[in-house]
Amino acid sequence: MSGTFVGMPAFPEAARTAVRNPTLRGNLRHATHTIRDKRARAVAELDDWAALREAGKRIKDHTLRHLDRYLVQVEEAVTAAGGTVHWAADAQEANAIVARLVKETGESEVVKVKSMATQETGLNEALEAEGIRAYETDLAELIVQLGKDRPSHILVPAIHRNRGEIRDIFRSEMSEWGRPAPEGLTDTPAELAEAARLHLREKFLRARVGVSGANFMVAETGTLVVVESEGNGRMCLTLPETLISVVGIEKIVPKWQDLEVFLQTLPRSSTAERMNPYTSMWTGTTDEDGPRTFHLVLLDNGRTDTLADEVGRQALRCIRCSACLNVCPVYERAGGHAYGSVYPGPIGAILSPQLRGTGSEIDASLPYASSLCGACYEVCPVAIDIPEVLVHLRERVVQGGPAVRRGNRVVLKPARGHAAERAAMRAAQWAFTHPGALRTGQRLASRTRRLHPRTLPGPGRAWSGSRDLPEVPAEPFRDWWQRTRGGKDGAK
Amino acid sequence: MSSRERILGRVRRALADVPADEAPLVRGYLREHGRRSTAETVELLAENLADYRAIVHRSTDGQLPELLMRLLGEHGSGSVVVPPELPAYWLEAVDATRIHDRAANTPQELDRVDSVVTGCAVAVAETGTIVLDGSPDQGRRRITLVPDHHVCVVRVPDQVVSSVPQALERLDPTRPLTWISGPSATSDIELDRVEGVHGPRTLEVVLVEG
Repeated sequence: MSGTFVGMPAFPEAARTAVRNPTLRGNLRHATHTIRDKRARAVAELDDWAALREAGKRIKDHTLRHLDRYLVQVEEAVTAAGGTVHWAADAQEANAIVARLVKETGESEVVKVKSMATQETGLNEALEAEGIRAYETDLAELIVQLGKDRPSHILVPAIHRNRGEIRDIFRSEMSEWGRPAPEGLTDTPAELAEAARLHLREKFLRARVGVSGANFMVAETGTLVVVESEGNGRMCLTLPETLISVVGIEKIVPKWQDLEVFLQTLPRSSTAERMNPYTSMWTGTTDEDGPRTFHLVLLDNGRTDTLADEVGRQALRCIRCSACLNVCPVYERAGGHAYGSVYPGPIGAILSPQLRGTGSEIDASLPYASSLCGACYEVCPVAIDIPEVLVHLRERVVQGGPAVRRGNRVVLKPARGHAAERAAMRAAQWAFTHPGALRTGQRLASRTRRLHPRTLPGPGRAWSGSRDLPEVPAEPFRDWWQRTRGGKDGAK
Repeated sequence: MSSRERILGRVRRALADVPADEAPLVRGYLREHGRRSTAETVELLAENLADYRAIVHRSTDGQLPELLMRLLGEHGSGSVVVPPELPAYWLEAVDATRIHDRAANTPQELDRVDSVVTGCAVAVAETGTIVLDGSPDQGRRRITLVPDHHVCVVRVPDQVVSSVPQALERLDPTRPLTWISGPSATSDIELDRVEGVHGPRTLEVVLVEG
């Protein structure tokens, strides 16, 4: 996976900087708390939520477990409906395919619907290098693009910006890209939305090529689905002559009927709405309605490596609702940028290290960007057990072991910087398998308890810097049990 | 080796642990939420449409031409896009210039039109959604997108279903489908919903009986 933020420090360092930014923390706290309560209300309206969640999990699991069959089926269905299917093993290949398809139209600009897949591949930068300008049309993506910024949330990439900052960006940057911001623009959300409408309309009306992702692809019909709010998606999907959709291979659902689950769970989980304002569904091309040419680019880019991990593959169930970000205490404080990936928050902490591998400092640190409180699992509409995968990935980072990278089986070396942890675990293992030594050690610890330091020396210092060391009791538990038989005799 | 073969090969190797046949999916969720009479379902549709800022009107078939004339008049519409087979009598009282939905219309031309009037394929009460499927009374997708004012006529109770599962059963996936729940909106500024971005900023839904 490219789209890595170059030179990104490990999560703890990046987070330390972020939590010192009071504006950022205020913005995130406000936004995540607003949406949290609303989501809970929207979910509570459906008394079969648990059953929908279970069905969503099972549909996605089933699809992933037979993905080869469904990929071939979706290819056949899209082709039969007049589309052309391309396969991209990695980000570079996907970007090259899109650049070639755009060039074949003779155009040098495209309008884009918000798409995580093309954020992940760094498509805009790749197109820029080929002389093609990509205009982001989702309001939040526009804010990020105009502000020369990075996305920090899956659903609302500019969540780290408040209305005042957005107004300033519009005022200073819009003229660089096209129609300037209206005179006297204030920071009311309605005025900001109006400014975006005016700025982008000329681009929509003249657009010849649209680029999108998709929320779902239906294998049996070849139907693609884009769920959105603003209408920028509809503009990009219907006004251009050529449409290019870059979609991760895990976005398939087998049947048309399966959409009935996700069209109920996705809007309520992401924007806390009964239904999002606009959902577009298209199957290939339609005569005299919408694009005449449709290309589907199926993207791997680390997904098959993730699929090879029996514990980690559940991350591919993700429907990108971002409910896990909104409830996460770590995300709320550190913000999205600290995760060093287009996928921030709890889902990012398990997705990025699997898509990209745990080789870099940031990716090796992401499985630790969590207190394992489990709130993310509770809200996940496809029941991804994020804490389970986090612990699994921590083990991989510390111990190394077998994994699949770019389709090849490899044995990962233990990551650097975890030597003390490994030594401690080895010592614990030895002690617990040698009862005599354990007993002697515990008694010694009890007798010397007044001499124990409050913080650990050496490599343990950082660990105890933010934690209290457990207090050693005056008498080891096992001695107490032997003496009193568990307090049965009334002895203490 | 092509990327297609490479990816399919990787998928198959990744799934070596998966048995070929697995238990079929059990759909334990509801087909609709709650029990309602037909009239109550229509009432719920009206409530949920209004909750997301669509403007809802009730009418009989006979009153429809006059109502549409009034709605376009109140919006100050000098021009209206008309799908190819919109029932002719719907607009018989309207004197706005009719722009017919044709393949040759450019987006710029549509941008100068004030309003559009369409029918719909199905409406979903539980979510306050209308679905367009490009039938001749609804026209091409872009005509309900570029003009700023959309009036959608729903025949009640025939075109109304309770739930999303029931709506999908009625729809044909080979047609281009647009699900619309209220006017264009965004949650992108501080995760708070604001109406009015790129799609029609005014959505009026007429529930017609008879």
